[in-house]
Amino acid sequence: MDMNRRQFFKVAGIGLGGSSLAALGMAPTPAFAEQVRHFKLTHTKETRNTCPYCSVGCGLIMYSMGDEGKNVAQNIIHIEGDADHPVNRGTLCPKGAGLLDFIHSPNRLKYPEVRKPGSNEWTRISWDDAMDRIARLVKDDRDANFIAENEKGETVNRLLTIGFLAASASSNETGYITHKVVRNLGLLGFDNQARV
Amino acid sequence: MTNTWTDIANANLVLVMGGNAAEAHPCGFKWVTEAKAHNKARLIVVDPRFTRTASVADYYAPIRIGSDIAFMGGLINYLLTEDKIQHEYVRNYTDVSFVVREDFDFDDGLFTGYNAEKRTYSDKSSWNYEIGEDGFAVVDPTLQHPRCVFQLMKQHYSRYTAELVSQVCGMPHDRMMKVWEEIATCSVPGKTMTILYALGWTQHSVGAQMIRSAAMVQMLLGNVGMPGGGVNALRGHSNIQGLTDLGLLSNLLPGYMTLATDPEQNFDDYIAKRTLKPLRPGQMSYWQNYGKFHVSLMKAWYGEAATAENGYCYDYLPKLDVPGYDVLRMFDRMGRGEVNGYFCQGFNPIAALPDKNRVLKAMTKLKWLVIMDPLVTETSEFWRNVGPYNDVDPADIQTEVIRLPTSCFAEEDGSLVNSSRWLQWHWKGAEPPHQAKSDIEIMSELFLRLRNMYREEGGAFPDPIVNLAWPYKGVVPSAEELAKELNGYAVRDIPDTTGTGGPGVKAGQQLGGFANLKDDGSTASGCWIFCGSWTDQGNLMARRDNSDPYNMKQNLGWAWAWPMNRRILYNRASADPQGKPWAGDKRCIWWTGKAWSGTDIPDYRPDVPPEAGMNPFIMNPEGVARFFSLDKLNEGPFPEHYEPFETPIGINPFHPNNKQVISNPAGRVFDSVWETLADHKEYPYAATSYRLTEHFHYWSKHCRLNAIVQPEQFVEIGEVLAKEKGIAAGDRVRLANKRGHIEAVAVVTKRIRPLQVNGQTVHQIGVPIHWGFVGLARNGYIANTLVPFIGDGNSQTPESKCFLVNLEKV
Repeated sequence: MDMNRRQFFKVAGIGLGGSSLAALGMAPTPAFAEQVRHFKLTHTKETRNTCPYCSVGCGLIMYSMGDEGKNVAQNIIHIEGDADHPVNRGTLCPKGAGLLDFIHSPNRLKYPEVRKPGSNEWTRISWDDAMDRIARLVKDDRDANFIAENEKGETVNRLLTIGFLAASASSNETGYITHKVVRNLGLLGFDNQARV
Repeated sequence: MTNTWTDIANANLVLVMGGNAAEAHPCGFKWVTEAKAHNKARLIVVDPRFTRTASVADYYAPIRIGSDIAFMGGLINYLLTEDKIQHEYVRNYTDVSFVVREDFDFDDGLFTGYNAEKRTYSDKSSWNYEIGEDGFAVVDPTLQHPRCVFQLMKQHYSRYTAELVSQVCGMPHDRMMKVWEEIATCSVPGKTMTILYALGWTQHSVGAQMIRSAAMVQMLLGNVGMPGGGVNALRGHSNIQGLTDLGLLSNLLPGYMTLATDPEQNFDDYIAKRTLKPLRPGQMSYWQNYGKFHVSLMKAWYGEAATAENGYCYDYLPKLDVPGYDVLRMFDRMGRGEVNGYFCQGFNPIAALPDKNRVLKAMTKLKWLVIMDPLVTETSEFWRNVGPYNDVDPADIQTEVIRLPTSCFAEEDGSLVNSSRWLQWHWKGAEPPHQAKSDIEIMSELFLRLRNMYREEGGAFPDPIVNLAWPYKGVVPSAEELAKELNGYAVRDIPDTTGTGGPGVKAGQQLGGFANLKDDGSTASGCWIFCGSWTDQGNLMARRDNSDPYNMKQNLGWAWAWPMNRRILYNRASADPQGKPWAGDKRCIWWTGKAWSGTDIPDYRPDVPPEAGMNPFIMNPEGVARFFSLDKLNEGPFPEHYEPFETPIGINPFHPNNKQVISNPAGRVFDSVWETLADHKEYPYAATSYRLTEHFHYWSKHCRLNAIVQPEQFVEIGEVLAKEKGIAAGDRVRLANKRGHIEAVAVVTKRIRPLQVNGQTVHQIGVPIHWGFVGLARNGYIANTLVPFIGDGNSQTPESKCFLVNLEKV
């Protein structure tokens, strides 16, 4: 019986005790240098990020493939805890350890879509059509329902027929521009995940 | 958190209550382990379930869901009667000596000013201090005045006897005493307990008061402002802290400023009302600067359009006719057809809000719904029939749904605020997939389209839209541009005011901190508490120096913490009135003879000597911390135990003869909700919802690894109840109440045991969230189907931690 290192472990993994095989004189021959799997992160680019889940704010290092050329998209292939980070010191929890599968989830949305009234399916639309449609819906509703004054004649400048729920994992910069836009439409039905 | 994740290592005692950090915040919980290993700290866990946090605790005590105020009230009574308080701290740094108005009273569960018809305190005027002729609050330093806060507090909690509390909480008397005795040891100056809590305290009809009762315990022990102390909210999502700081809530503006109400028609009156003058001589009362924060925000939003003449565009902002259009109120209105359009940006309300069937029905009344999300959500597909998990007919639902794909964390630059108030910058590592765009891009494109339409077509009050400052180089602002605007900059040259003959600040220059903000329109800042995060020195949120020269776990060179990089809030209280740390191993800041200095940045004016008597709680006009919360909360100035709206015992043992106060008398219940509430006779089991360590909310079921390790919905049932009901581990069971039902696999466990509450046996059932009808895990029922559509009396956070169900084997 002649087997290389990998086959040996395969066999051992099927259920035969590795040690008993070795005891029978079936130890593998030394591995050849060309069979050694290269360290997968050797040629990756490192990017610092933070975990988007709970509020510990663990530091992450994301490793991506791609040479950063203009037509080459970086592809993140590995994520691990940032050992320099003073809170998580390189560790991740069971949630954070699965983050690569978040980025590459088959359930990531890919295109703008619309579900028409009464329909049972999504229809793909262009970004321009989607944004034109949304802007039109907002403006028509705002123009129809904006309350400039209450019944006492006081200036109130509010809009109550449109609501907006903001995220819980978006950045401060996203939150700020969202607030700046949403509040200036006159919206008061505006909350984020902190409410619940 | 008043303190930080790493600061937990400085604690002598860690109390985890209303949270389960080992499973929900695992990498933060390692600092509890650190405190145990290197500071000989002890860990006490009080929880309805024997959680993984409890499994590594030095001591565990079970508690019946919803009875935490009784526990804390009893503890306050114990600390006062046993005289286990940090006397010098309490006397100097809290409001115990303040005299309360004569007409204030508390009678059989109700404070003065209650309006039974409106179910609210319509007159809170008596919930206040007596004000002397000098305009300051009256105090009695001897603490003998019968109406001083100390005496009122003592009297209020004298009813919380150990016997009654043990009965209400279902906590064995000997266990409770052991916990109280151990907590009391932290009244020694310099010995600290930290309290870690999460949604186990917020998701109650009396959640805000629960947290207040914990803060009161920490003040009695002298633990607020101390290394290894504090009241620490372990927040639920990665940037809930930041989005709250930025005011993305119905009634707020960035930096905890508030929107005006209808009667506040005048800009000067609006500012004056919020410019809180000191209530005692020599106090800082930092909200005196409200006008500077507000005008700087208006300059950031409206640029040159904001002038002194037009009150800095005061009328551009909407005004409130009710305390807030929070999400429960909006969905109640939606159900009545009063809301036409709705946006969900990274938010999945059908799963996150209480009473899924009610939320679903409300959504069918929408004319249109816009979704922005990196992932498929149940909300975006609420119209899809998924058998018993979402039993609808798409043909009946006339809502137009537009779904926009967004980037996720890995695909954008920006900052998040963690629980420690650290603003940490992160960098983009890849492009978003396919056609996905960032939320910044989407919000910008929407705004610019609307601006064009209002310019061309006119329409209702176009002013705030056409005049909104948009000073960004490209069509879409970069994260850097927005971060700089959040920090703030000089609008025009500002001469030096320090008297040192410095250059001042030039127009366009980034500001160094909120002390630079002006109320004359010469500065702009998007969020005053973030001012100091991106100064002339660059992006301080991106700093990566993890050194800790004092070994106090403060890492001042790592990222940037609001306010002004201070790591422990109220840290002036870490030193005694003379300015010396209470204990050598708990030193944080101290008076050097010339200035305040230390291991942290002083949360205080650095040049005020101790003898000036300025107190540590600089945001309060009193200068001290409040046991008596004045009119700030809606149920009253002292936390009182009220049962959950769905109580398993049917009465409030503190007020057995007053039906008005079984549950929070000031809790808001919409008219149509009363009939959906379950009675304990029909639905006898007390249930609570929670997270598992393998999943995050409703997101990680889209991640293959997490879907593999925790693939199927289950509920946890104690052995005694399972036996009573003939349920074996692995059986499918059905939990139901008036709002709906869920079916799941039964996990029969020793970790939830029946408790003896008020002379009856109460069984508790655990309902993990995380499943739904989209994702890679097996389909499940939305857990919140069972949760009542009721909110906390102040925050309107749903009561997801206490609801009644019936249980049967399927």
